[in-house]
Amino acid sequence: MNQFNYLHPASTDQAVSSASSDGSKFIAGGTTLVDLMKLYVENPSTLVDVNDLPLAQVESLPNGGLRVGAMVRNSDLAFHPTVKEKYAVLSEALLSGASPQLRNMATTGGNLLQRTRCPYFRDVTAGPCNKRNPGTGCSAIDGFNRTMAILGTSDHCIATHPSDMDVAMTALEALIFIEGPKGKRSVPINDFYKLPGDTPHIENVLEPGELITHVEIPPAISTKQHYLKLRDRASYEFALASAAVVARVEGGHIHSVRIAMGGVGTRPWRAHEAEAVLTGKPATPAHFQAAAEAALRGAKPHTENAFKVELAKRCVIRALKVATA
Amino acid sequence: MPDAALYTPTAIIGSELPRIDGPLKTSGTAMYAADYHFPHLVHGVPVTSTVAAGKIRSIDTSAAEKMPGVLLVITHDNVGPLFRMAPGGHDGRTSESRPPLEDDIVRYWGQYVAMVVAETIEQAQIAAHAIKVDYDPSSFNVSKVLDDSPTEELPLHTESKRGDAISAFASAPVKIDQTYVTPAETHNPMEMHATVAVWNNPKFTLYETTQGVMNHQHVMAETLGVPRENIQVITRFLGSGFGGKLFPWPHSALAAAAARQLNRPVKVSTNRQMMFQNVGHRPRTQQHMQFSATPDGKLVSLRHDYRNHTNLGDDIHENCGEATPFIYSVPNLLLTSALVRRNVGTPTPMRGPGAVPGLFAVESAMDELAIALKMDPVEFRLKNDTLTDESNGKPFSSRHLKECLQLGSEKFGWSKRNPKVGSMCKPGDPDVILGWGVAAASWGAGHGPCQASVALLNDGTARVSCGTQDVGTGTYTIFAQIVSDRTGIPIDKVRVVIGDSALPPGPTSGGSTCTATVLPAIAEATDNAIKVALATAATAKDSPFHGKKPDGLAFHEARVHLEDRPASTGTPYQQLLKMANIDAANGEGSTSALNSNPEARKYSTHSFGAQFIEVEWDPGIARLRVSRVVSVIDGGRMINKKTAENQILGAVVMGIGMGMLEETIYTPKTGQPLNSNYADYMVPTHADSPSIEVHFIEYPDPILGEYGARGIGEIGLAGVAPAITAAVYHATGVRVRELPVRIERLMQSTVQV
Ligand SMILES: Cc1cc2nc3c(=O)[nH]c(=O)nc-3n(C[C@H](O)[C@H](O)[C@H](O)COP(=O)(O)OP(=O)(O)OC[C@H]3O[C@@H](n4cnc5c(N)ncnc54)[C@H](O)[C@@H]3O)c2cc1C
Ligand code: SF4
Repeated sequence: MNQFNYLHPASTDQAVSSASSDGSKFIAGGTTLVDLMKLYVENPSTLVDVNDLPLAQVESLPNGGLRVGAMVRNSDLAFHPTVKEKYAVLSEALLSGASPQLRNMATTGGNLLQRTRCPYFRDVTAGPCNKRNPGTGCSAIDGFNRTMAILGTSDHCIATHPSDMDVAMTALEALIFIEGPKGKRSVPINDFYKLPGDTPHIENVLEPGELITHVEIPPAISTKQHYLKLRDRASYEFALASAAVVARVEGGHIHSVRIAMGGVGTRPWRAHEAEAVLTGKPATPAHFQAAAEAALRGAKPHTENAFKVELAKRCVIRALKVATA
Repeated sequence: MPDAALYTPTAIIGSELPRIDGPLKTSGTAMYAADYHFPHLVHGVPVTSTVAAGKIRSIDTSAAEKMPGVLLVITHDNVGPLFRMAPGGHDGRTSESRPPLEDDIVRYWGQYVAMVVAETIEQAQIAAHAIKVDYDPSSFNVSKVLDDSPTEELPLHTESKRGDAISAFASAPVKIDQTYVTPAETHNPMEMHATVAVWNNPKFTLYETTQGVMNHQHVMAETLGVPRENIQVITRFLGSGFGGKLFPWPHSALAAAAARQLNRPVKVSTNRQMMFQNVGHRPRTQQHMQFSATPDGKLVSLRHDYRNHTNLGDDIHENCGEATPFIYSVPNLLLTSALVRRNVGTPTPMRGPGAVPGLFAVESAMDELAIALKMDPVEFRLKNDTLTDESNGKPFSSRHLKECLQLGSEKFGWSKRNPKVGSMCKPGDPDVILGWGVAAASWGAGHGPCQASVALLNDGTARVSCGTQDVGTGTYTIFAQIVSDRTGIPIDKVRVVIGDSALPPGPTSGGSTCTATVLPAIAEATDNAIKVALATAATAKDSPFHGKKPDGLAFHEARVHLEDRPASTGTPYQQLLKMANIDAANGEGSTSALNSNPEARKYSTHSFGAQFIEVEWDPGIARLRVSRVVSVIDGGRMINKKTAENQILGAVVMGIGMGMLEETIYTPKTGQPLNSNYADYMVPTHADSPSIEVHFIEYPDPILGEYGARGIGEIGLAGVAPAITAAVYHATGVRVRELPVRIERLMQSTVQV
């Protein structure tokens, strides 16, 4: 990797001001960033280490929700008693991701900003890539695209958003809290990620120097939840398709439901259409099927990933079945 | 059954003794090649080509040369003399025949085009990244379709023939005619290839990741143009190789060349990406099978025509017909092969080379034919079993495939199988369908030449040494077991010294022949050392056996005693040596190659086995997992049950990878291996490893020496992939003829729970 400056601020204010310069990047667990630096895909001139910032707490909020600091490690969050009890979908999603070693390092903030596993993006010798090198083209569209996205793609990029945690956070409607040179703000997770369009290198609404401080998860009282991840091998693989379901079922009827999908979208994919199909209906296989059809209605497969359309449907149907059982 | 003599060993043979080198490995004190550091050591980082074919126009090294710590940039302009192996005659095998940087032509993506040497690894890496290579790219071919017609340069070979397979097939009542494909697979040992080269004019010491220290010495002597005695190769421990480390790869020569130029120790290690590019792979195969049988299930004809890809510059033949000529009784057989060229790195053996992909085709075809015959696949194989190798008319020295299939059926519960596709549900889980499949396994047996030394030392310990190496399989342990078996010296008092080409020449760890090769030499060396100890006992002045005839003495439980009295009445051998003021009783021993033994030449020597596999298929979510394996192996006597079982367990897991996960993907657009990392090239994780039951059918094979041990490093992988695809068919009705099994294929299944 290239040489870089290394800063180790003690406060969030300091962190924000040190990271505002061009070419600087925050580093948390480093499991995405160091990897990409070794591959020369990321070449920051300055690393601002946020590991010592006081952002590692998980706290219950007065409204029954949960506040999760950006530096909370994925393993700590997955095994946190409140998360296990009230946000099972999040715990399941976290534990389905990566490996125990990686989860011990990976953080909540870093996970929200992890980058795609598109092999052309990750290899600077692999030819054109609009995300890595804007304007050069996309090697995946007519190349190896078995693992690429089928929802939210553009002619410029079809890279899959790889996270599991963010899919659960999407179904839980988490709020992302940000502190930057211009002050503090919060963004609902559903407005946080951008579609690739013709600027696939811009992945979210963060401005230079903006730091994620924490995430708030609203209460999910009386809901049934499930995260289901489908992949070729049993562990240590990104999703080919996944589904997070948070549902309130009363008397066999679906009172309300939120569904998000992973492994198929260019961002964590909220399936509003599927939710609409189900709301107020009995929890039956026929309705699950109709919901899955609605969720994948806009899917656009490429040469090698047409199977993902059907796979994602099966994933949604089974996740609904398990969650509402 | 051959009537050569077998010997009855003590209980240490066949025990479950844990690896004697285990504590060194688990405590991190075992020294692997890249662990060696020396004063003034510097680091070499290769630069690899980013085109799959072409000519190097220019290499701009100016920026790199100015970077901190950079000492040397090697290109084809200044690499210095590196030689090819002379054709014929030499007793060493290299991998890529072209020495690194020999010319300015690029023949595959990832070929070395330069190397930077710097004071630190980081400096070398960053400088390597700063080297600008300008290529004149040319067209290349990495096509997966191996239909190329044979040429004069790459002709069709007839490897085995009997009867008339073509006309017998044409008129046979029941037949199958299918093509099976296995992908390029990459060796993925944890330990990547590395060389630490130390130049001490005129001598090189090379700390290597090699499965053959002697072979490595021979090849590097020719490559570097120095006499053999000036090269010492050391591999004390190997983080596994699976065949990928059998023969030297170009980085070794680059490290040595740089050490010679700089007069400093140089360390070169491949990274994981290079593991997929320039240090070998199992080549892609395409195998056309025509099998036919009578309606009652007797094989009529067997035809196997296969191709494998090889690189530009080497003719690497993947011997897919290894088992075809003899595994079943069949009057008409035709086996042919051909090579096709692709712009890929040099292929190299991977665990069970040839036989493993070959048996995928043979055993898949057998399963399909059994289904066409409406016959149970176990019964079909039993019906076509034979005790004669019909390709040469010789009896097998020891073949118990029948017992493997029978015992496996019993342990697996095969009789409960309902042959109807998709008919078996997982008890307690109505979403999941079970599939059961079976396949036979086979792998050659034999041994090469070897020498070994044993010293019984006057401190009560023993030392055994040989120029072989332990690739992680347990070689250290079985050396100690043999010495302990014959002397009664406890295991923890036997010191095993291997992994050094300066030792008595020993075998490469390949072809599952290492154990069979070293045993006779160690046994003989131990017996000769015992003779010296007995002679000492008979002559030493103060010895209680002074004046006795050595023939009347025996050596047991580490004591010398009168042959007709129990060992407990004897004297510890170290006391006798001390009395005579002798440091050690030394003995030498040797093994000669199996094919130099006229008795052995009367037999066909192979190991056999049977794999029974259960898969779980959850059609509702297209999830396929291997849930249960029973592996039965007929491999002669097991010297160490624990390390033997480990070999089979590991091989079965590797077979799950071959069956369901592994494929090196070369992109058509650039020719590069794209999934060149541990996350994208998938091998099974622990979570993918099912319950695996291993059974050994132990008939010591007298043709393989008095211990009767054949090798078992490779056979555990044979038959796993076809048993998986047979099980997948049973569960889903989808026949997968191209590995690996992908869920997108299975999603076409119409089977419902
Ligand atoms: C082999 C492998 C397998 C994996 N498998 C999975 C999987 O199956 N499922 C899955 O979901 N994930 C998987 N991951 C990804 C893993 O979850 C992420 O790498 C991890 O969550 C990133 O967190 P981090 O703290 O290490 O981030 P870092 O690498 O430190 O940072 C990532 C990015 O976030 C930025 N950043 C970090 N913290 C902040 C902050 N507080 N504010 C603003 N910016 C910030 C950094 O600048 C950087 O750009 C895998 C990773 C690897 C290497
Ligand atoms: S899909 Fe996106 S990330 Fe992948 S090559 Fe195309 S532009 Fe690059």
